[in-house]
Order: sequence, then C-alpha cells, then structure tokens
Amino acid sequence: MPETKKPYIEIVTDRCKGCELCISACPKDCIELDTSVVNAKGVNPAKYVGGCIGCGSCMLICPDVCIELYKEEKIQKSA
Amino acid sequence: MQTTKSHPKSLFPVSTHYCAGCGHGIAHRLIAEALDELGVQDRTIGVAPVGCAVLMYNYIDVDTIEAAHGRAPATATGLKRVRPDCIVFTYQGDGDLAAIGTAEIIHAANRGEHFTTIFLNNAIYGMTGGQMAPTTLVDQKTETTPYGRKPSNEGFPIKACEMLATLDAPYYIERVSVATPAKIRRAKKAIFKAFNYQVEERGFTFVEVISTCPTNWGMSPPDAMKWSVEHMEKVFPLGVFRDKGAEKDRTETGADK
Ligand SMILES: Cc1ncc(C[n+]2csc(CCOP(=O)(O)OP(=O)(O)O)c2C)c(N)n1
Ligand code: SF4
Repeated sequence: MPETKKPYIEIVTDRCKGCELCISACPKDCIELDTSVVNAKGVNPAKYVGGCIGCGSCMLICPDVCIELYKEEKIQKSA
Repeated sequence: MQTTKSHPKSLFPVSTHYCAGCGHGIAHRLIAEALDELGVQDRTIGVAPVGCAVLMYNYIDVDTIEAAHGRAPATATGLKRVRPDCIVFTYQGDGDLAAIGTAEIIHAANRGEHFTTIFLNNAIYGMTGGQMAPTTLVDQKTETTPYGRKPSNEGFPIKACEMLATLDAPYYIERVSVATPAKIRRAKKAIFKAFNYQVEERGFTFVEVISTCPTNWGMSPPDAMKWSVEHMEKVFPLGVFRDKGAEKDRTETGADK
C-alpha cells in the first residue's frame, strides 16, 4: 500500500496581515502567530505548527489568500 | 501530494490595501473563483464602487470601470446592453448601494438588467472613517451615531434583499455571510450561481454578502466575525429571497405537484 502522507498547509507570509482569522477558524489549533518574525507588512505573520487534518477552514477564511492546503488527491473530494 | 486550491487565476497575487481581517478580501476571492470556474475571465467587466473596494481593479484581474459613487448599476446597465456577450458585475458597499445609489440599484433590478451585483454589507462606511450607513444596526455606535443609532432620528436598517424581492423582475436574490468557513462555502455557491445565471442570460442576479469592518467597528477580526453572526444576521437573515431558476426546475420536474 502506498504511504499516505498527512495533509499540511503552507503560508505565504509576506502577504499575511496577522489578522488571526485562520487561528480562530482552525479546529485543531495548528496555527499561531510567529513572534520571532516581523514581515514586510510590519506584523507577526501566521505560522503552521503542525497537526493539520486537511479541513481547509483556514484557507477558506484567509482574506489575503495566503494559505495553500496540500493533501492526498484521494481525500480531495471533500474540499 | 496535491494542493487542493491554488491561487485563483482571476485574482492578482498581490497584497491588498484592505485592513487586516476585512471581509472584502474573502468576497474578492469568491468572485475570482466563480469567474475561473465558469471560464469567463476574458469576457468579464467589473464595475468598481466608491468605498474601500474602489481599487478592486488592482486585485480582480478583469477589465473594470470605476463608476461614480452609487452609480455602478447605471454603468453596468449601459455596458451589458452594449456588450451583451460580456459578463458584467457591480461590486458595491452598503454606503454605495443603499445610500447614495439607492435609486440606481432599485431601477436596474426593476428593469431586470442582465448583470450581477455583489453587495458587501458591513453596516458602516469603511473608507471614510466609520460613519453610519443605512444598514447600521439600531444602537450600533458609529462616528456619526456616537450614542448608537436611534430609529427616531436615523431610521431603521435598510434590508436590500427584502426590498428588491418586492420587485417582479429580479431573477435571483440571496444573502450570505463570510463569517465562518461553512458560511463561506455557502457564499461561494451563491456567487457562482449568480454568475452562472448571467452566463445563461437569465436576468438580474443579486448577492448580498454580510461582512465586517473590524477597523471601524473597533474589534479584532475574529470578534468582528462573531459580532456579525450574533448581531447582523438577526437583522439581516441569511437565505434565498428569490430563485426563479429553482422555481423553474421545480415546475419542470413536477416537484411542486
Ligand atoms: C459623491 C460622493 N459623496 C460622498 C463621497 C464620500 N464617500 C466615499 S466612500 C463613501 C461610503 C463608503 O461606504 P461603503 O459603500 O459602505 O463601503 P466600505 O468603504 O464600507 O466598503 C462615501 C460616503 C464620495 N466619494 N463621493
Ligand atoms: S475600513 Fe473597514 S471595510 Fe475598509 S478595508 Fe478597513 S476593515 Fe475593510
């Protein structure tokens, strides 16, 4: 059986305005503000800390289209 | 591994001028996704409002005309009549559509013009610094109603969907919200449907999007989303107010009998 990789997200941090909507939308607390970085917008951008279940909530609510979700094609139909 | 959704083709990959957590960005993305899915980006013309979305043409990658304040439906009427082959939409805030532009939207809807209006209702004038809008809730504090909106002095919130649904001509009218991922999925379907009806040349389509203005409401973006669900949705209930397409399907399939 092929190995099923876990879903994960990638965040385009230069566009992130640190609004925290993704943090409030994530049911698994996978995202937090990265206090070690200040981006070009002058804010602490969001950072993925792990545990993604692939629900896509953060991606849907991000007003700045900063989040891309990666998951196996097999489970993609739920998106 | 595959990305489930990449950046919409009809949306420039740029940073917007919108405040952090503002719903305008979500609404823009939903429009861009609908245009992509329908494959109509090349023949779409947007009409931008006056308000925070005035720079919409820097974000949504379609030809766009900037209308005078509130006059987007009049501009769109002309465009669609001259170029019926194009997909024409207006994007308007509540100050633009429900205050200075009330006459234009009502008459365009009443004539059943074949364009789509996306109406972003954030219950305030965002761009000018948070003055009361016609959609401001009773008791809501704004720059011009510092003690809260009082109906005896400022009247009641205007409900655009309900008002337009009194007219016979509009083909599709729905109110959605962008406050939670589930509501955004619903909003996406509504915006897609509105544009799809236009592609099918059915008539006037209107989607009101309940949104937020965290900056002028003085709230954090997540709190503003919660506030919109708890307070705005009581006054502006979500739902379909008119869907002649669904009515048509029901009579054709005999589901009504
Ligand atoms: C003729 C005219 N009158 C008034 C204004 C000032 N003005 C600019 S934007 C705006 C209202 C914007 O509110 P809204 O449509 O709700 O959009 P938002 O900024 O909240 O997205 C007003 C009154 C103007 N630009 N032109
Ligand atoms: S002022 Fe309000 S409506 Fe305008 S960009 Fe900021 S949050 Fe959005």
